[in-house]
Amino acid sequence: MRRALNTLASFLRHPAGVIGLVILIGVVVLAIVAPTLFPVDPWDMVAAPFQPPFDGETWLGSDMLGRDVAACIAYGARVSLLIGVSSTLAALVIGVTVGAVAGYFGGRVDEVLMRFVELFQTIPGFILAILLVATLGPSLTNVILAIGAVSWPQLARLTRAEFLRLRSREFVQAAVCQGQPPLSVVLRHILPNAVSPIIVTGSLMIASSILIESALSFMGLGDPNLMSWGFMIGASRSVMRQAWWMSVFPGIAIFLTVLAINLVGEGLNDTLNPRLSRKARGA
Amino acid sequence: MSVVAITRYGGRLSAYVLGAASGAVKIIGVILVIATFNFILVHAAPGDPAQVIAGQSGAADETLLRQIRSAYGLDQPYLVQLASSLKKTLTLDLGYSYRQQRTVLSLLLERLPATLLLTGTAFILSLVFGTALGTIAGTRAGKWSDTFFTIVSLLLYALPVFWLGLMLVLLFSVQLNWLPPFGYVTVGVEMTTWQRIADIAWHMVLPTLSLAAVYLAIYARLMRSSIIEVKQQDFIKTARAKGVTESRIVMHHLLRNAILPVITVAGMQAGGVVGGAVVVETVFAWPGLGRLIYDAVLQRDYPVMQGIFLIMSIVVIGLNLLTEAVYRMVDPRISVRSVT
Repeated sequence: MRRALNTLASFLRHPAGVIGLVILIGVVVLAIVAPTLFPVDPWDMVAAPFQPPFDGETWLGSDMLGRDVAACIAYGARVSLLIGVSSTLAALVIGVTVGAVAGYFGGRVDEVLMRFVELFQTIPGFILAILLVATLGPSLTNVILAIGAVSWPQLARLTRAEFLRLRSREFVQAAVCQGQPPLSVVLRHILPNAVSPIIVTGSLMIASSILIESALSFMGLGDPNLMSWGFMIGASRSVMRQAWWMSVFPGIAIFLTVLAINLVGEGLNDTLNPRLSRKARGA
Repeated sequence: MSVVAITRYGGRLSAYVLGAASGAVKIIGVILVIATFNFILVHAAPGDPAQVIAGQSGAADETLLRQIRSAYGLDQPYLVQLASSLKKTLTLDLGYSYRQQRTVLSLLLERLPATLLLTGTAFILSLVFGTALGTIAGTRAGKWSDTFFTIVSLLLYALPVFWLGLMLVLLFSVQLNWLPPFGYVTVGVEMTTWQRIADIAWHMVLPTLSLAAVYLAIYARLMRSSIIEVKQQDFIKTARAKGVTESRIVMHHLLRNAILPVITVAGMQAGGVVGGAVVVETVFAWPGLGRLIYDAVLQRDYPVMQGIFLIMSIVVIGLNLLTEAVYRMVDPRISVRSVT
């Protein structure tokens, strides 16, 4: 508890991180209160088509079918955050497992797994995600899995490097000599010490996942039942000359959310890895 | 002669030969893996694989489906199918687009130049301007210009590429009417070769800017931290103590060392640039592979999607090999094998 408070206090000393946290809390609150704030389904017509923003019925204008842009943005926040977090969790499961196995066992296993990781890093991830979603069908689960499937290599590399570093440390060797099974050594001794860089990279990955999700739904590969920011921008393209607000506001929503998560991630980096932070900041 | 012997006696040239050879091995490996993956994907897709390959075009046509089944050997055991699809891919037979009524390869080759032009230009521009901005920021760490560039790159880094493209169109094409909003070349106008080149360049401004912006931000941030790190090392102090001029220190000592991690990361980002090209081409109706994959997705034209996946992966490896070659040029200490 005390340690958590210390970490928090140290995080709050980074102005950029605090700004990010404030914006992020705003987005999360918006996602939570969306149904209260806009009780009508975001797909429903609530106003005349092409109402400009700040003008009567709707805050941010309406689209070509009379849908409320503000309501769509609020509901889109739920989708973006949900997909961002769950696909990062999927990437964490794959990446940490692969990295841990490679780093712990080393040798042949490591070599084979790292070749595999390298291959995944070479192929263009976004195109792979397009292919996966287009083939398996654009459902929420498939989008999450596709983003997870293209994001994990970075986490695998990081976890492997941490495991290689910690593997030879005395306290780990001592646990091995005591005859503890590999799983116990990994979970009780190595992983807890490798967790902070993983948290930092994971938090930044939420931002990149949100960007991939928005690009997928911009291309028409989002879940057709869920309102998302990328879909809104994609739909606005044909009427950009009449209705600038339809593309501008959802884009600002993506931009602010991604910026906020990046700022929080950097703040976490400075807090959790003060020793490494200066080097990692550029990468 | 053994590999070691070649490296030892052949000098630089043989290093390049080795690099090219390992590049070729890499490309063939990736082609095989992607072909396998494509094969699995067609069978993992819900429904009849023949339907999947036909796309929406042949949904109800039993003759076409029968034709596809025999062409792809879909009635044979999986391993036989896989072997024949690998063989086909290696001979660059990428199948047939039943939607477009053309071979996939001819479609891809027609679109490839436009994509190479766009990604290549954006890749080089982002590297050049990113390192330049990063150097300015890094050598003036703490001053206002450094703060300014740092904030700008932080903001750029959070922009969705496709939205940036649309906003540039809104501003420069719709509002100001300075630049063309989409396309590759002005249609229906007689032009000399030079006019045509100028026209294409004019059309390229907005797509290239949108694609390059994010990577420019990444390289600028990286270059800045790298410069700050190298700046504190002893050989810089020595050079300064010897009375070497400041500009020479930056150009000959600082830049050359600080740029190495940027080149490494640029190689790793190549896949991202190519992926970004997909959305940028979609926004700007740029007649390349990205635009083609967008249309293929709309029409569920799987052979085309899979072909693009393969070709784009090869493009990425090409960019990777290019950055490796640049790395070796900048840092002769590194031998071929240790660059990954």
